[in-house]
Amino acid sequence: MSMLAVRDVSYSYGAKRALDHVSFDLPAGRFCALLGPNGAGKSTLFSLMTRLLVTRQGTISVAGHDLARNPRAALARIGVVFQQQTLDLDMTVLQNLRYFAALQGLSGAAAQRSIDGALERLDMRERAGEKARALNGGHRRRMEIARALIHDPKVLMLDEPTVGLDTGSRKAITAHVHDLAETGLLVFWATHLVDEIRDHDDVVVLHQGRVLRHDTAAAIAGDQALIDAFIQMTARGEPA
Amino acid sequence: MMRWLVALRAIVLREAMRFINQRSRFVAALVRPLVWLVVFAAGFRAALGLSIIPPYQTYITYEVYIVPGLCGMIQLFNGMQSSLSLVYDREMGSMRLLLTSPLPRWWLLFSKLLAGVAVSILQVYVFLAIAAAFGISMPWSGYLYVFPALVISGLMLGALGLLISSTIRQLENFAGVMNFVIFPMFFMSTALYPLWRMAESSVLLRDICAVNPFTHAVELIRFALYGSVNGMALLWVVLAFLVFMIGSLIGYDPSRGMARKGRGPGS
Repeated sequence: MSMLAVRDVSYSYGAKRALDHVSFDLPAGRFCALLGPNGAGKSTLFSLMTRLLVTRQGTISVAGHDLARNPRAALARIGVVFQQQTLDLDMTVLQNLRYFAALQGLSGAAAQRSIDGALERLDMRERAGEKARALNGGHRRRMEIARALIHDPKVLMLDEPTVGLDTGSRKAITAHVHDLAETGLLVFWATHLVDEIRDHDDVVVLHQGRVLRHDTAAAIAGDQALIDAFIQMTARGEPA
Repeated sequence: MMRWLVALRAIVLREAMRFINQRSRFVAALVRPLVWLVVFAAGFRAALGLSIIPPYQTYITYEVYIVPGLCGMIQLFNGMQSSLSLVYDREMGSMRLLLTSPLPRWWLLFSKLLAGVAVSILQVYVFLAIAAAFGISMPWSGYLYVFPALVISGLMLGALGLLISSTIRQLENFAGVMNFVIFPMFFMSTALYPLWRMAESSVLLRDICAVNPFTHAVELIRFALYGSVNGMALLWVVLAFLVFMIGSLIGYDPSRGMARKGRGPGS
């Protein structure tokens, strides 16, 4: 069954077409990169998939739930990490996690179990009482990822999550999220950085609002490096 | 239903905690009405004679007259302040967190609104306590009756803030709104002078004051402080609340408002 299905989605800001008949299907347990240069429409697609925007053209469904017709069921199955950081820096790590769990409607023992699990994954149990402000950029991001998993979603969406991080943190987070995909989660990772993608990952290449190609990274790269294939493709504006 | 209440509680607690942590905001919120009460009212007392008008049954000093108006002012500022924090939240991304929660959006926004109201009521009671310490006190039952009035007026003013926040894209625009919303609303109301006083100088001004929802919020609070209900004011405030709330729900509807305006998200 496809875990995330985007069918024929188009979106315009006034006269400007941001997305043009975008379609793709993704199964569970994959790491899929949404690869595109700045301005390709990644953030628009991301906003549509998290229902910050709504379009009448096309459908998006998550684990079989249509986002337009049954938004709450669909949203409950999505974990989101936005490009901007969304931690409350004046609250402690624990308070941030509790607040999010409550927004998902989790309380009591169930919430506590999920939060404990998140702290465990973060290896931050002893820092739970610290203000989020005290964490460095990499830790904050990891915390947002752990937080996005509190309600046990089926799909984890991340919008350029490594922006502004140093190389070490970037590598660690990319590896961490790849590991998550191996546990059966579908990871959908928007980026313009090719080095975050591994050979066996799925890649959807988005350019000027259109899907140029959807395949594994290895197949798209062919006999050259992925970066070269990507540059050629976006320069010509058509699949390699 | 349980899940809804869990989210409501968390949103209210977060707002209250943020407020308590920002001590300067707490102090500023209290100093503003106190300055009006202690300085402005003392100066104005001699200049402005007040006749006996309901709900008062005897001659009152000017300080006594403006207390309900200042309660309203606290809530007005608070409503605008929480809308400022909404604009800020949206720029910082935490509003996105709220809006992608799998609970109905109207409930999330309403929770946010109630959180602001709770904070404003806290401030009003501290203000009333300080006023009482200065010798400006109400009948004791008034302190009880005013609570529901404050909830309703707070919701109305908060919904106005919410509506404004849904139409503003950036923080910079907000200062203008403060000038164009807070000051006219406050000065063209019965907060500082009764309607009949206003009519003496300009009938038009009186008419504007009479339709200003803030006037009715102040009157609702004023009557409640003396243990009675001003039905007309109640009706106006509830109507205004509904209009502002529906307006903000449209503003935050993903298919209509918000990100659709202008150029939308980053790329």
